[in-house]
Amino acid sequence: MSTRQFGQPIKRNEDPRLLAGRALFTDDVQLAGMLHVAFLRSDLAHARIRSIDLGGAKERPGVAAVYTADDLGEYWQPGPLLVPPPPVGQLEFHPRTQVPLAKDKVRHAGEAVAVVVAESRYLAEDELDDIFVDYEPLDAVVDLEDALESGTPLVHDDLGHNINARGTQTKGDWAQAEDAADLVIRRRFHYDRGTAAAIENRGIVASWDDKSQQLTIWDTTQAPIAIRNGLAGMLGLSEHQVRVIAPFIGGGFGPKIMMFYPEEVLLAWATLQLGRPLKWIEDREENFYATTQERGQVHDATMALKNDGTVLGIKDVFLHDAGAYAPYGLTLPISSQCTLLGPYVVPEYHSEFTSVFTNKPIVTPYRGAGRQHGVFVMERLLDIAAKELGIDPISIRRKNYIQPDQFPYSNEIIFQDFTQLTYDSGNYEPALDRALELIGYQDFIRENQPRREAVGERVGISVVSYIEGTGIGPYEGARVTVEASGKVSVATGVGTQGQGHYTSFAQVVADQIGVAASDVHVVTGDTDLFYWGAGTFASRGAVVAGNAMHAAATKVRDKILKMAGEKLEAAEEDLELIEGRVQVKGVPQTSISIGELAVEANPMRGAVRPGTEPGLEATEYYGPERGATASGVHAMILRVDPETFLLEIEKYVVVHDCGTVINPLILEGQIQGGVAQGIGNAFYEQLHFDENGALRNASLMDYLLPTAADVPNIVSDHMETPSPLNPLGVKGAGEAGAIPVGALFAQALDNAFRDIGLEVREIPLSPNRLFELVTEASARGNA
Amino acid sequence: MDQTISVRVNDRSYDRSVEPRLLLSDFLRHELELTGTHVGCEHGVCGACTVLLDGVAVRSCLLFAVQADGRDVSTVEGLDGGTQALHPIQHGFWERHGLQCGFCTPGILMSLVPFLQENPNPTEEEIRDLLSGNICRCTGYQKIVEAVQLGARLIQEKSA
Ligand code: FES
Ligand code: FES
Repeated sequence: MSTRQFGQPIKRNEDPRLLAGRALFTDDVQLAGMLHVAFLRSDLAHARIRSIDLGGAKERPGVAAVYTADDLGEYWQPGPLLVPPPPVGQLEFHPRTQVPLAKDKVRHAGEAVAVVVAESRYLAEDELDDIFVDYEPLDAVVDLEDALESGTPLVHDDLGHNINARGTQTKGDWAQAEDAADLVIRRRFHYDRGTAAAIENRGIVASWDDKSQQLTIWDTTQAPIAIRNGLAGMLGLSEHQVRVIAPFIGGGFGPKIMMFYPEEVLLAWATLQLGRPLKWIEDREENFYATTQERGQVHDATMALKNDGTVLGIKDVFLHDAGAYAPYGLTLPISSQCTLLGPYVVPEYHSEFTSVFTNKPIVTPYRGAGRQHGVFVMERLLDIAAKELGIDPISIRRKNYIQPDQFPYSNEIIFQDFTQLTYDSGNYEPALDRALELIGYQDFIRENQPRREAVGERVGISVVSYIEGTGIGPYEGARVTVEASGKVSVATGVGTQGQGHYTSFAQVVADQIGVAASDVHVVTGDTDLFYWGAGTFASRGAVVAGNAMHAAATKVRDKILKMAGEKLEAAEEDLELIEGRVQVKGVPQTSISIGELAVEANPMRGAVRPGTEPGLEATEYYGPERGATASGVHAMILRVDPETFLLEIEKYVVVHDCGTVINPLILEGQIQGGVAQGIGNAFYEQLHFDENGALRNASLMDYLLPTAADVPNIVSDHMETPSPLNPLGVKGAGEAGAIPVGALFAQALDNAFRDIGLEVREIPLSPNRLFELVTEASARGNA
Repeated sequence: MDQTISVRVNDRSYDRSVEPRLLLSDFLRHELELTGTHVGCEHGVCGACTVLLDGVAVRSCLLFAVQADGRDVSTVEGLDGGTQALHPIQHGFWERHGLQCGFCTPGILMSLVPFLQENPNPTEEEIRDLLSGNICRCTGYQKIVEAVQLGARLIQEKSA
């Protein structure tokens, strides 16, 4: 076999087109006769709609249609519940999902109330001003705890309360841990909302062709197949009449997952009404309200320990902000609940959550997806315990790690993939040691920090661990075809948003077929080219689709060898695939190109043997029995400016283990990008809602995304503990970078301000907030 | 009232009649179908829409098309100078994995063209300073910095 491409830092197949500005993004789709759509959105977070006066908007020149909820008739339905509740023992669940257009009442600022369709986007937006909605403002439910008080306003009146769900999961018996403990720590932790802020906003082009009876939709979605199936059902069309294309997508990070966003549902319907193609492109302000968000949780956590730092158990009771509607069921709180346990042995665990409806934008998974909160709580509890027990934060982690011989390790509770939370493999201490070495831990603590503190500098160090459940089911599929040209084409259903699937999937296939990865053409995200699949989420693309590719490519390889063996009159074991040819090992003269074989595999005349499948092609599916568990350690040194409280990250280290690596270049990019988002979430980004549920900072001027001046260079290394669950041994990596960063900031700041006993219990922070916390801590110290 | 404008874009003249309020970004993207210029915020922060106006990097979402009347605009589509080959800066990005989703990339490339002309040998700090005017949500910037360093080298090698 020629040089292996799997595992190599191969540059990406998709880049030349992107670099030249010739890649198709949704807003680049131009169709003849296309109309443009604008949405009238509520400024109020909570209000009853008394009446809507269209103000003659319909009659204006250039306006094709104006719709409100009443115009939708039977089509007006709440969206589907996308994830049913998992089989968790104690569960109370009250699903409420988003509606296409608000009827009777609006439940969050930015909720769509009316739609205008016009000849241009400019005209459509003009007409929004003519429409008058008479609202009766209602008090808004903003704070999570207030939401549960009696007499509080109700987001969904028919419920009689603001509870979306309550669930308890346990492992062992928490009471025993508490009884046996030498030390019990209780703390409250806050995590607040941010937004994914992909640089490309959402967009949809929908086009109904009456002659062919075909609906084509270009959609910035991470799950085109699910969207096709759902829309076909809603519109009463056959799935074969609907084609959903997720073209190049300018960043997804979760919120572009299948949502059946009101805009998706409405454009698909309206193009059928009007018989003309329609386009809607979200603007940045809309993105702050109408695209989903994540991360509001409040945890009351208790940890029981022995004097030597052994963790006996944890009890955690938390509130989760679901926003106004909760189409993702319990995915997020369950993810927080499971991820909290981390790489540690926690014998007794009691976790109880209440998911709460608020008058804020809808919450669905955003990179990390509930995991940040769990990691933050766990890592903070360990830090605080270490401080109280007088042991160092490294030893307490080491002491409690699950050991390599304990895998597979069951945590007994149910994970978001509905299976019992079981870690497939892991080896945590070597990653910790490597991180300590790379960050220069001993040198910093012993020499660097004291020397700099002596001259009045504020510097701190931190090291945290995390695990990430990745690569969950149900399944993905792939079709691999050798073409007459000798090139290989691969189709799969997952969408791609910059993860490099065009290349990493090509690498998986290339080795099996014996061609260069650049000769493998990957098609993703077009429902006409691959029918089945679930979508890109939960760091699952490489694991689930990657293994389907591998299976299909292996089958094609077998076909090639069988055919070539007959042609070349050689035993299959004596053949090898090199550079697009099959040859007798070491005898390049006796060979045939795979392109020729592909032509022969598709005969135009004569008879074939019964049972023969035409073509050098195979389609395979892969469904993991459960997810694979990736892990890692991040370490950081930061300096705080004592005047401005601005931070400088002097060094950032990531040592991660996501099993076998397909393409280290792409993996590094995923890690670095994840860390950058984590840094944003930890110290720059926060959505500020006022007491009326209005968002105070809905622009990139006021919501600060980290820039090249804020994000440091990241030193990374990886460990490879292959997953025993799948043939490639891969685990997902898409979210790992972002997960532990909040916990890392907190520990480093505590360390920098340990003289005044700072204890950070919230994320996100900001220079202002840090100043307040430091001031409070010094006041407490002096009191 | 529509206004007639004449704009040279990537060395080709276009005469069009446009609404005075039409943004330059929309004009390029939707009137001329040069969709390589992207739009991420339409309020001048993200830099995705950066193009060159008479050689100077500008945010096309903050300008009206009529302001480009009689002037020269360069967009990412013109970076190859009509050769269909990648520009050395683009090569730098390809080699060093300076892009993921690629949505921010055209704006970054266009910001870099005049920067590297003036500053053929930039330090990392200068590069980061320049890049801080463009937001990339995918890469964490590190590989973009490396891409720019390589791109600068490739430009020099080419002109050497
Ligand atoms: S679109 Fe012009 S700066 Fe963001
Ligand atoms: S590569 Fe996606 S925003 Fe920069």
